[in-house]
Amino acid sequence: MLAVSDALHEHALHNIRYIRDAMERATAFTSIPGWGGFAIGVTALATSVYASRYAVQPRLWVVSWLIEAVVAVIIAVFTMFRKARRASVSFTAAPARRFFISYSAPLIAGALITLALIRANMFAPLPAVWLLLYGASFISSGAFSIRVVPVMGICFMILGIAACFVPLSVGNILLGAGFGVLHMTFGTIIARSYGG
Amino acid sequence: MAAKAAAARRQPVETKIPDFDRLIHEKTRLAIVSALAANQSLTFNELKSILKTTDGNVSVHTRKLEEANYLTCKKSFEGRMPKTEYSLTAAGRRAFERYLNHMEALIKAARGA
Repeated sequence: MLAVSDALHEHALHNIRYIRDAMERATAFTSIPGWGGFAIGVTALATSVYASRYAVQPRLWVVSWLIEAVVAVIIAVFTMFRKARRASVSFTAAPARRFFISYSAPLIAGALITLALIRANMFAPLPAVWLLLYGASFISSGAFSIRVVPVMGICFMILGIAACFVPLSVGNILLGAGFGVLHMTFGTIIARSYGG
Repeated sequence: MAAKAAAARRQPVETKIPDFDRLIHEKTRLAIVSALAANQSLTFNELKSILKTTDGNVSVHTRKLEEANYLTCKKSFEGRMPKTEYSLTAAGRRAFERYLNHMEALIKAARGA
């Protein structure tokens, strides 16, 4: 009697895990490139070191980081497509669609606030804006992805909060800590646990 | 389509299942119902890639679930490509919840024993 109920119990647990797995596969967008994130981290760290010399020429400082942003997008798109193709994940299916809508809204806001601040000749708030909105985009899109993604978002936002209260030279270091170190750390975690 | 739905209504699923919903219990069908429980609707191809299975397998099992009135199927065209969209019916959602409750009860019973 006990053996029977034990077997049933095991069976029920197995079934529940199976259901959960199917539901997750149906909703989560999992093609977040880990090694791509790591590579972006390396370039961002280099940018942080390079851009630190422009603390008194903020326009050149902004240009260095904007170039880094373009490089990061190229790496991200390339590695994401490669990972998605390997797992034959569709970019037009519901999980990917939901992920990118919630991912891009804060980033579009960030791009426009950046434009407005540059036009107003205000540079010191930029690191805070970038870290906070990049973090926000991962917290919201993380709802449709693997669980480590929103955690990364929270870490970015914490750095962003700190960046609100420091001069540009320190903000630049926080950008290096966020876009550099956090990307490298979480990139490695994702690459190791979620297939590349 | 309407005839099929009517046929499904004529044979109540409830009475066919003494304690275990065999219809949902089958692996592929359980995955289909779970995936649809987490989404408003999914296309044939989305289901196929979630289940990592063949066209034939998806159509056989969705047909079975459709006959039981657990899911509805909407056919349309996207450009010139036919598109089939599935979603869970209220009866399908209830059956899924019943199945989950059943599993939960089994686990609770084993813990209590």
